[in-house]
Amino acid sequence: MAALINVPAKARRGDVIEIRTLTSHIMETGFRHTADGRLVPRDIITSFTCRYNGTEIFRADLFPAIAANPYLSFFTVAKESGKFEFEWTGDNGYSSTASASITVE
Amino acid sequence: MPTTRRQFLSLAGGITAAGTIPIVTLRPLEATPAMLNAAIRNVVGEAQIRTGRVKLDIPPLVENGNTVPMTVSVASPMTPDDYVKSIHVFNEKNPQPNIGNFHLGPSSGRAQVSTRIRLADTQKVVAIARLSDDTFWQVAADVVVTLAACTEELN
Repeated sequence: MAALINVPAKARRGDVIEIRTLTSHIMETGFRHTADGRLVPRDIITSFTCRYNGTEIFRADLFPAIAANPYLSFFTVAKESGKFEFEWTGDNGYSSTASASITVE
Repeated sequence: MPTTRRQFLSLAGGITAAGTIPIVTLRPLEATPAMLNAAIRNVVGEAQIRTGRVKLDIPPLVENGNTVPMTVSVASPMTPDDYVKSIHVFNEKNPQPNIGNFHLGPSSGRAQVSTRIRLADTQKVVAIARLSDDTFWQVAADVVVTLAACTEELN
């Protein structure tokens, strides 16, 4: 699925940088009913992980109270050039990944 | 997104057409302050929760509970021996008391997380931070919601 990742392309070593992610997902709560009274089954992203050159730097457990198309913004210290890897997992075997590179000088 | 007259009328029409049964069936789904406390105790255990250090930025009045921007930040130096381990956000009246758990570390640099949440009713939102010395700090904010999320009808 489509994901929007916002990571600065360049940073100075030791800078605190903001990482913003947005992924497209319905985040169906499992509490809604159709007009004829049937329950719409839950379908949400339950977990998000961000790894920086293989090390986990941020993890989130998500619940139905997170809005559709989950947006997450968090911070990290720019230590070295490399790659951020993002992973979303959820109900019904949902899994999606994205990555972004950074140059640290 | 502002609610247009057309959207409002179609929503009002939908509620009238569906009758009162869904409203009756939805009531027991609402989390109670007791569930909120249970969810908090689940994370915190028996530890004492102090008020302060945590800042919860959330609009006091929202038109649409389906997407409410929220930022939690914690006053912490974020050094290897004094940092924020995790941030937990709870609500009082959604069908489930949990909103999200966010796990940070000393390499986070700044203890701040933003996301967008759903609120099913006018209610209290609670943010709790767990620090590296295993103390817990909390803050609560009241949010007035005019259009609820989570439990509305699908048309």
